[in-house]
Amino acid sequence: MTEFLFGSFPYAAVLLAVGAGVYRYFSDRFSYTSHSTQFLENRWLFWGSVPWHYGILIVLLAHILAALFPGAWGLLIGTPARLFIIEATGLALGLLALFGCALLLARRLLRPRLLAVTTAMDWIILLVLLLQVASGVTIAWKYRWGSAWYLHTAVPWLGSLVRLRPETAYVAALPAVVKFHLVNAFVLVALLPFTRLVHLFTIPVSYAWRPYLLFFWNRRGPHPAGDGK
Amino acid sequence: MDVRAQVSMVFHLDKCIGCHTCSVSCKNVWTDRRGAEYMWWNNVESRPGTGYPTLWEDQEKYRGGWEKRGRGLELRLQGRAGSFANLFFNPYLPTLDDYYEPWTYRYADLFAAPPGDDQPTARPISQITGKPIDIEAGPNWDDDLGGSAIYAAGDPSLGKLSEEERSQIFALERIFCFYLPRICNHCLNPSCIASCPAGAIYKRGEDGIVLVSQEKCRAWRMCISGCPYKKVYYNWESGKSEKCILCYPRVETGQAPACFHSCVGRIRYQGVLLYDAGRIEEAANAPAERLVAAQREVILDPSEATVVAAARRSGVPDAMIDAARKSPVYRFVKEFRIALPLHPEFRTVPMLFYVPPLLPVVAFAENGRKRLAGDFFSSLESARVPVRYLASLLSAGNETVVTEVLTRIMAVRIHRKAKTVGEEVPGEAERALSRAGISSREAEEIYRLTSLPAYEDRFVIPPAARESAIESFEDPFAAKGETGIGFLRRRKGGKGR
Ligand code: SF4
Ligand code: SF4
Repeated sequence: MTEFLFGSFPYAAVLLAVGAGVYRYFSDRFSYTSHSTQFLENRWLFWGSVPWHYGILIVLLAHILAALFPGAWGLLIGTPARLFIIEATGLALGLLALFGCALLLARRLLRPRLLAVTTAMDWIILLVLLLQVASGVTIAWKYRWGSAWYLHTAVPWLGSLVRLRPETAYVAALPAVVKFHLVNAFVLVALLPFTRLVHLFTIPVSYAWRPYLLFFWNRRGPHPAGDGK
Repeated sequence: MDVRAQVSMVFHLDKCIGCHTCSVSCKNVWTDRRGAEYMWWNNVESRPGTGYPTLWEDQEKYRGGWEKRGRGLELRLQGRAGSFANLFFNPYLPTLDDYYEPWTYRYADLFAAPPGDDQPTARPISQITGKPIDIEAGPNWDDDLGGSAIYAAGDPSLGKLSEEERSQIFALERIFCFYLPRICNHCLNPSCIASCPAGAIYKRGEDGIVLVSQEKCRAWRMCISGCPYKKVYYNWESGKSEKCILCYPRVETGQAPACFHSCVGRIRYQGVLLYDAGRIEEAANAPAERLVAAQREVILDPSEATVVAAARRSGVPDAMIDAARKSPVYRFVKEFRIALPLHPEFRTVPMLFYVPPLLPVVAFAENGRKRLAGDFFSSLESARVPVRYLASLLSAGNETVVTEVLTRIMAVRIHRKAKTVGEEVPGEAERALSRAGISSREAEEIYRLTSLPAYEDRFVIPPAARESAIESFEDPFAAKGETGIGFLRRRKGGKGR
């Protein structure tokens, strides 16, 4: 079981995500949207969406950076004071995300207009996300100093996955809730291309530098305004 | 000079009868589907009124358009950094309740009702949830000044009037009402394009039509706030923004857009304008009182040889240049100078123009008897639609511009009156014309294009037939080779002609 969950399943999940995501992008680009519901319901969304996004994005970024640069991360948490600050911030952000996610779920349940536009996939992904954040917050509370032991368990395991020689021993002895958090993370990855979560890959970074006005020509290709083309 | 062509329009407000045929034909063609029920790409508002969506002109509320900042222009909504910060929640987004909840009726109830003493009724049900609702608002809740105490009184353009003027307007004696049909203005400096983080909205170089790419839109919904005219709508079903497409499939085949085609009052004119794309920013950034003048300057004279040469150089097809020469819009905007842009102070350089309405001058009561104000010109101040109101609608508050336009239209009227029923005071017509600065020949032309235009005078749409239409948009040889093969995507960087 351990072999399957931590040795094979992650590959299956990533392959599925990449394959299905690319296929969807090229066959049904129309469906790549965040499908915002702010137009139908404004007030709850503010208290749900804002804490959720800021909480989850920062925590996720920390997970990724720590996995990519374990050395630097190790230095960062080098003193007890800094470790404590990072742990506390992480927990606070986790709680923020948990609160936001729960509200987003409740809002869909309680507002009839939203119920009408919610698909089965929306429910599933919200539930999986809620479980992921809830297990994360539980771990942060129950098994303190995760920012440190993460570096010696999940990170080397992830590294072994990347090197295509999975070493499940790193995570085999972890408590059940941590294991759940790890497996559920890959469940999320697998579900990604089938949900509105694809908007994660369409963050409009080019807006930071592109010209404000866009002129398109049928034959000439796009040109910014006023460049004489 | 970077010359481009724009398919542009004029609405002659004196002729609009407020029948909403335009809105209905547009709806039947484009927005009669789930998610789009509440969208009125074309809508007709009663003025004074709060319009659709409610109070769309109030940019304190919705933050549409541009504002001067430093020496340049910035989006009133937010800067680029603000866009990223507000991706998760746009604080200025209008919600469905600013429009209305679309509904239909449960007609089946009429048939299924058991026999009884009362007539059966069809209950209204929401088109979103399918549940019974109490209708609270609709797209024309204040039509014909219905509920004026609430709606018309909230008209932002009335804010420019003094308390006395405002109370006078709503006195029964002086009350005025005219209709304002609105579609997307296909602006030269569109803030919808600028505010879209995904870069999904674009202006077509060939004809200036502004479109939302449905494949690129990611529902960041900044355009909905960004457009000061509230002419981008959010499809709550598909999760995409949609807007007026100026019926491009019709225009490309030489047909007028559905709203134009069906207009009962024949108030609408469509034609091509040539403009200098290099001077868009200059026009958008002009001081408020010069906005109308600056916009007129960006529009080029299609009979000038240098303009034509420059247009050819930048690839404007001859069919377009030809159409520009015969454009009724050019005549109204540049030659007659009686058509004005709507709310130029939003600084998007809107490319739809309105001929302001010339309602009768107010009657004065004397000993219980009424008589019309005698001399129109000296009493423009007492025109029923206050000049200041029209100025805040059509000239960024510049009353001189509106007065000039009204003087010209009135001169035409006096001139025609002299011709058909004779002059009340000898020399009246001549005086009126010279005061307005137009010749009797011009007055005659304005009259003809206003009152007697044939279909071909109102719509001068460049490509008359599909076969030749292709030339203005594509290379015919390439099109010939590709037709039937089903190329969905073009080679990147492909060059035309
Ligand atoms: S009126 Fe049309 S072109 Fe102008 S900003 Fe609004 S949507 Fe864009
Ligand atoms: S169809 Fe023409 S006359 Fe009727 S409301 Fe529309 S613009 Fe006015």
